[in-house]
Amino acid sequence: MDLRSVYISHTNCVTPLGFDVESNVHALEKGMSGISRQDNPALMDAPFYSGAIDDEKLNAAFVAISNGNSYTRLEKMMLLALYPVVQKAGIELTDKTAFILSTTKGNITALQHNEAVPEEAYLQGLAQNISGFFGFTSQPIVVSNACVSGILAVSVAKRMIQTGVYDHTFIVSGDEVSKFVLAGFNSFQAMSDEPCRPYSANRKGVTLGEAAAAALVTVDSNDASAKITGDGSINDANHISGPSRTGEGLVRSIESALKEAKVSADAIQYISAHGTATPFNDEMEAIAFNRTGLNEVPVNSFKGYYGHTLGASGLLETVMGLETMKHNRVYTSLGYDEPGVSQPINVIRENKDTQVDYFLKTASGFGGCNTAVVFQKIKNDR
Amino acid sequence: MTGKQYISGYCSIENNTVKLNGQEIFNVPDAAFAEFAKQLYRDMETDYPKFFKMDNLSKLSFLAAELLLKDGDNENTALLFANASSSLDTDVKFNDSISDKDNYFPSPAVFVYTLPNICLGEISIKHKLYTENSFFIFDTFNPEFFANYAAVLLNTDKAAKVLCGWVEFLNDEYRAFVYLVSVNGTIEHTPQNIQTLYLS
Repeated sequence: MDLRSVYISHTNCVTPLGFDVESNVHALEKGMSGISRQDNPALMDAPFYSGAIDDEKLNAAFVAISNGNSYTRLEKMMLLALYPVVQKAGIELTDKTAFILSTTKGNITALQHNEAVPEEAYLQGLAQNISGFFGFTSQPIVVSNACVSGILAVSVAKRMIQTGVYDHTFIVSGDEVSKFVLAGFNSFQAMSDEPCRPYSANRKGVTLGEAAAAALVTVDSNDASAKITGDGSINDANHISGPSRTGEGLVRSIESALKEAKVSADAIQYISAHGTATPFNDEMEAIAFNRTGLNEVPVNSFKGYYGHTLGASGLLETVMGLETMKHNRVYTSLGYDEPGVSQPINVIRENKDTQVDYFLKTASGFGGCNTAVVFQKIKNDR
Repeated sequence: MTGKQYISGYCSIENNTVKLNGQEIFNVPDAAFAEFAKQLYRDMETDYPKFFKMDNLSKLSFLAAELLLKDGDNENTALLFANASSSLDTDVKFNDSISDKDNYFPSPAVFVYTLPNICLGEISIKHKLYTENSFFIFDTFNPEFFANYAAVLLNTDKAAKVLCGWVEFLNDEYRAFVYLVSVNGTIEHTPQNIQTLYLS
């Protein structure tokens, strides 16, 4: 069948570094991290590091778009992220316009011990709260596929538009730092006692973070920053809580994406990778990039700026990857010093100007999932 | 691939009863899910000790997938699953384990199952499926979405077959409806036909 070209245009993000794309790019330029030491016994007994969004700033920003007071903290983050994207797009919200929400844990903080599960703890409950705010007419599609959710949402949107099911898809991705996920990652003994250091020999594990990101994926190339030219989302078939030692699923996801994009590995000029700063993840990625001939391509992990924002990370890091491509400027992989992986990869050590016409976004997660998406720059004068 | 697509097999597990292609093949009256699942697992003569470490959602999904994938040629079979409650059944258990400071026992073996797509990992591992997999959440069974997205996977050559599954588990209420979409079969792959089989 004839497949249509699909583009990504308006984007936004709400992170500890700022509530719009410009302030986030400015922070990357200055090497500022959104990770800080938290002393919050309501979340965890001992102090910990995380990328945390300030409640006062969030509420102050939220009153500018709504006087509604029934929204949860995560919902406010998501609404703030998506609001300008919907405004700028100015698209009529018909049945050909989809709304995709990606998250891992949604409003998990709404769960109360020994009480019935409240409506907003259901992920569709969350999605319908967001959808109702904007008046989307199609049923929300919720993607919940562990830590690839944010980039898988882009892939799903692209495929549905490619085949004509929809013309436009608004995506919002978000997760917050909660007692629930802190206890979980802590039980794995995977948490770093300092800001995380992806790919570094001196890394100590994961730092969690919270964010929301939003984007419009569309058949319309006007206002587009990039064409989405290929994608793959293939399982490791190896282990539910650890990545494949051979990087099998990531390798196959990248190969699937490159094949569809009709480009070789040589065309890729920048990779926004997953880089959680756990030894198994970082090593797996280094192996996969070597197996696919991408080992010399400049690569970074944005986790040193934001922490691991779970279901938001794939989309947030895509938004920053698109900025990298737009400005032809790659950003330091914060926290990296000496190589901590067994196979060589080209981790970005300082901000620098370099031509980027194609970039690759990758992510991997629990359940053995992986996703890879290729973006090609579109030059728009509008 | 752009030819016609068919539902080449389907099964359901609910009310302690298993139906394969419309025929009842297994039933255990008056048993809780844990006991029912154990007996069904034994009935299948599958030797896979990891089964006993899985949470309820993964057990249910694994058993339903097993009915359609065992003995089959599963080359490039994608997994497209969805439900309404995500992993809330296990989320509630994990949340209970961290709610009381005097009774605090978070376990990584429980935490890992607080993601709905873990069941896809379990199925992929068992059947060596290095294939496309994705998990979605809808408030009710959504035949239009399943029909659309399975066709997308086939029409874009991302998969040769798609195993679709609605797998719902919360507080011992459960239902699995799983079917295989491929180029072979007699039931055309349409939302109407999917809905009819789901309700049958």
